[in-house]
Amino acid sequence: MPMTSQRRTTLIAAASLVLCAAASILALRRVDELRPRATLEDVLYISSPKVVKRASLGYDGLMACIYWTRAVQYFGQRFHNRSLSYNELAPLLEMTTQLDPHLIVAYQFGASFLAPQPPFGAGQPERAIRLMEFGIQNNPQEWHLYYDLGFVYYMELKDYARAADAFERGSHVGTHPFLRIMAARMAQHAGEFETARTLWMATYQSSQDKLVQQNAVEHLRALKVDEDVTNLRAAVTRFGQGAGRVPNSMSELAAVEKWPGIPADPDGNPYTMDHDGHILLKHPEDFSFATQGLPPGFKPIAKFHDQ
Amino acid sequence: MTARVIHIASNTFREAVRDRVLYNLIAFALLLSGSAILVGQISIEIERLVVINLGLTAVSLFGIVIAIFIGIGLVSKEIEKRTLYTVLSRPVRRWEFIVGKFFGLAGTLVVNTFFMAIGVFGALLYVAHKLTSSDAMILIALYFIVLEFLIICALSLLFSSFSTPLLSAVFAFSLFVIGSFAEDLRGFAGMAHGLTRWLATGAAYAVPNFSAFNVINLVAHGQAPSGQLILQNTLYALFYAGMALSGAVLIFERRNLK
Repeated sequence: MPMTSQRRTTLIAAASLVLCAAASILALRRVDELRPRATLEDVLYISSPKVVKRASLGYDGLMACIYWTRAVQYFGQRFHNRSLSYNELAPLLEMTTQLDPHLIVAYQFGASFLAPQPPFGAGQPERAIRLMEFGIQNNPQEWHLYYDLGFVYYMELKDYARAADAFERGSHVGTHPFLRIMAARMAQHAGEFETARTLWMATYQSSQDKLVQQNAVEHLRALKVDEDVTNLRAAVTRFGQGAGRVPNSMSELAAVEKWPGIPADPDGNPYTMDHDGHILLKHPEDFSFATQGLPPGFKPIAKFHDQ
Repeated sequence: MTARVIHIASNTFREAVRDRVLYNLIAFALLLSGSAILVGQISIEIERLVVINLGLTAVSLFGIVIAIFIGIGLVSKEIEKRTLYTVLSRPVRRWEFIVGKFFGLAGTLVVNTFFMAIGVFGALLYVAHKLTSSDAMILIALYFIVLEFLIICALSLLFSSFSTPLLSAVFAFSLFVIGSFAEDLRGFAGMAHGLTRWLATGAAYAVPNFSAFNVINLVAHGQAPSGQLILQNTLYALFYAGMALSGAVLIFERRNLK
């Protein structure tokens, strides 16, 4: 049966549509290869929150959600690529919170994105503090914000007086007893492992978010390592004062210290010792946030374990 | 009189349904369900906020587009198809025709909003697994959106009563944008002096204040608008829509239809 003119046109048009669509995709991929990625990523097309607020015609809540998602994606992508620069993170977070000053999650996560040093964060604790203060100004009844502010002062800046002040301010909000306890602890126990452990435990317990909890678990594991290695170093020093040399092995040190066995890290792997008496982790790559027990030149990588 | 208005209103509603206006509900459902699933994967802890913000923004914008694009054609289409002469040759007054058209379009938008509201609550239930008492505040935001539609419908009819569909669309959409900046206009008036102050104040009161109806972000955070705001917004919307509708009737009564 001969093909009608209409049918022929339909077939040609359909084939042309498919071919052109495929060709345009291929061409666009080629264009993407030619353009440098950085110029595509590092751009905040509109940097003024006021302009975005006006342009949103009153739908600024939705714009805030979009900017928050952009901030999460921006951080996630750079974190994944182990980037050392997070230039647009703070502006994205500031834009988000100015569009919706009551978006608490943007302050809480935003501070934890901004404050830690690279590769775990943007290394901008001052911007994190500014963000938290803006959050407190707009949500004075949110005790979490005072806690997070104190946390940044304590963990990232080691500014215990300001951390105590933030906890103290938070203790007047609602009836959360934890902040009053932390404010009191700061006076006498700032800088101690136990205080840091209490803070991370509180972070773990007060959040429902799996990522936050995993992060807290990793920090608690690292704290345990730091504390163990510090204590083991003290034992090595004691041994040296008595014997006039470093121990030959961990077994020798354990015998002198009368330990039941060789101390082990949170994963159950015994700590090791090099010939200079330095205490080392068997698998340092499993403790992303540990600052002690690492071999010289070791660069930590973010790794999360089951809780 | 009432029966004739109701008859015209129901015909307008039927016509809108025949024009497949309610097909926008499919796009709305796809948008909402897609975003509810996607946002959970690409963002952190804002699924509920996105569903409310996106859902209510879409209800508002879809409704405004429908109100403008149907409203502007309500009179001109009847003239173009010459059906208006058939209607007016019967014992139907011109004002009844305009008021009937207004209620028909408003009814279409209320029905549309009702189905979209079901979609919003459904998506909310999907992401949050339960509805809380604070979610009832969404109903207030939806009510304010409907009030917004009443004003837009009346304005579209007003422009439609004397202008071409294209110009009516431009006028109505411009007023929607300007109305969203009404509070800035009032702020500008407060800073100006002399005649400029009077003109700016006059303009600020003449344009519809849509920003007063936007409580989407407030209810997304579970906060309730005050009872006074509900009352005053209701009165404002009724008076403003009444004003625009009266203008439309005045113009249409005097329009030469020959």
